[in-house]
Amino acid sequence: MNASNPEPEQPEPKPSAWSPPVSRMKVTDVPAGAMNLNVDGMQPVSPLQGFGQMWQKTFKVRLTGVNLTAAEVMDVWKANFPKFQPPENRFYPTMSGLTPGQVVLIDAKVPALPGTPSILPVSTGVLVLYADDTTVTVMTPEGHPESGWNTFSTFEEDGCVVAQCQSLCRPNDPLYEFFNRYMGASGQQDKIWIHVLNSLAEHFGVQGQVTTSKVLVDPKVQWSQAKNIWQNAAIRTVVYFVTAPVRWFRKPAVKENR
Amino acid sequence: MTAEKIHLLVRKVSPQTSVIDIQGEINAFAENALMDAYTQATSNGARQIVLNFSDLDYMNSSGIGLLVTLLIRVNRQKQRLIAYGLSEHYQQIFELTRLNEAIVTYPGEAEALAALN
Repeated sequence: MNASNPEPEQPEPKPSAWSPPVSRMKVTDVPAGAMNLNVDGMQPVSPLQGFGQMWQKTFKVRLTGVNLTAAEVMDVWKANFPKFQPPENRFYPTMSGLTPGQVVLIDAKVPALPGTPSILPVSTGVLVLYADDTTVTVMTPEGHPESGWNTFSTFEEDGCVVAQCQSLCRPNDPLYEFFNRYMGASGQQDKIWIHVLNSLAEHFGVQGQVTTSKVLVDPKVQWSQAKNIWQNAAIRTVVYFVTAPVRWFRKPAVKENR
Repeated sequence: MTAEKIHLLVRKVSPQTSVIDIQGEINAFAENALMDAYTQATSNGARQIVLNFSDLDYMNSSGIGLLVTLLIRVNRQKQRLIAYGLSEHYQQIFELTRLNEAIVTYPGEAEALAALN
């Protein structure tokens, strides 16, 4: 390289939109308030590893009148991701936000029975599998209610920006499948994505109409995956709470023995 | 709206086997093209489908989702789906998304076809 004939400046290599290889999820940075249960050490799972029927559910809202590009809308969505969730579904992204390879912790409460208040705690999380200007996909860990991916995306359609949540998942184990089919858990999950899209639309001052489409991709259950119930995050979270007094009593005893 | 940026060519290499050559991008907008190619590949009774990723430019997470739905369709028809020509990067993506546990991949066409025989 010389001053009279400088080499053209090489552009910075674009970071991959995909997560680096992850065999087991590692939580390195626990945001304040997050429980961090049932995620560390768990393998991410795809729709192929779950137990129940595989569904593709798509929720869309048209952001009519919003003069932003799809990428600008996604920037807002990423920045406010936890805020757009319903109150019983708390998301804890790390300081790096929704970037590929990061783990987002989730503390949710679900109803024990259809139509009853959300009181049962479920502590879990997701891995950011893919993130680019207009798309974020998260992948669930073993034990999560669903096995698969949720994709949040924005795109332009007929001159209007559309925001979309799409899940491609199976319930992870027989208990989750039972709750999905017979106890209203599937509808509860649908309400979460509708809430998210409505919150995003409201943020832009739009009274959007969320449309839903559901496709049963695979009606079969995978009995070979019934063993996944050992990692069920809902059961483990309840056990964690029930056994909390034992841990409180043990802590001082351990200190005294030192 | 992002345009479809995929070109698919279906080659019948034996009465039982069709190869789908993939050129361009696999994203959400590739669904119709991919499913049409699958229909064409199996229309004459082929039971073994081979995906050729040698000329794949880019695949996003929606593209991986499409491969999952294609795989389920193939399995429900009791057919077989394998692949070859994935770059090292997309080999890693197959491992990360655990698609490699369901779609066996080979370095080249000769190895893929040999595995089917």
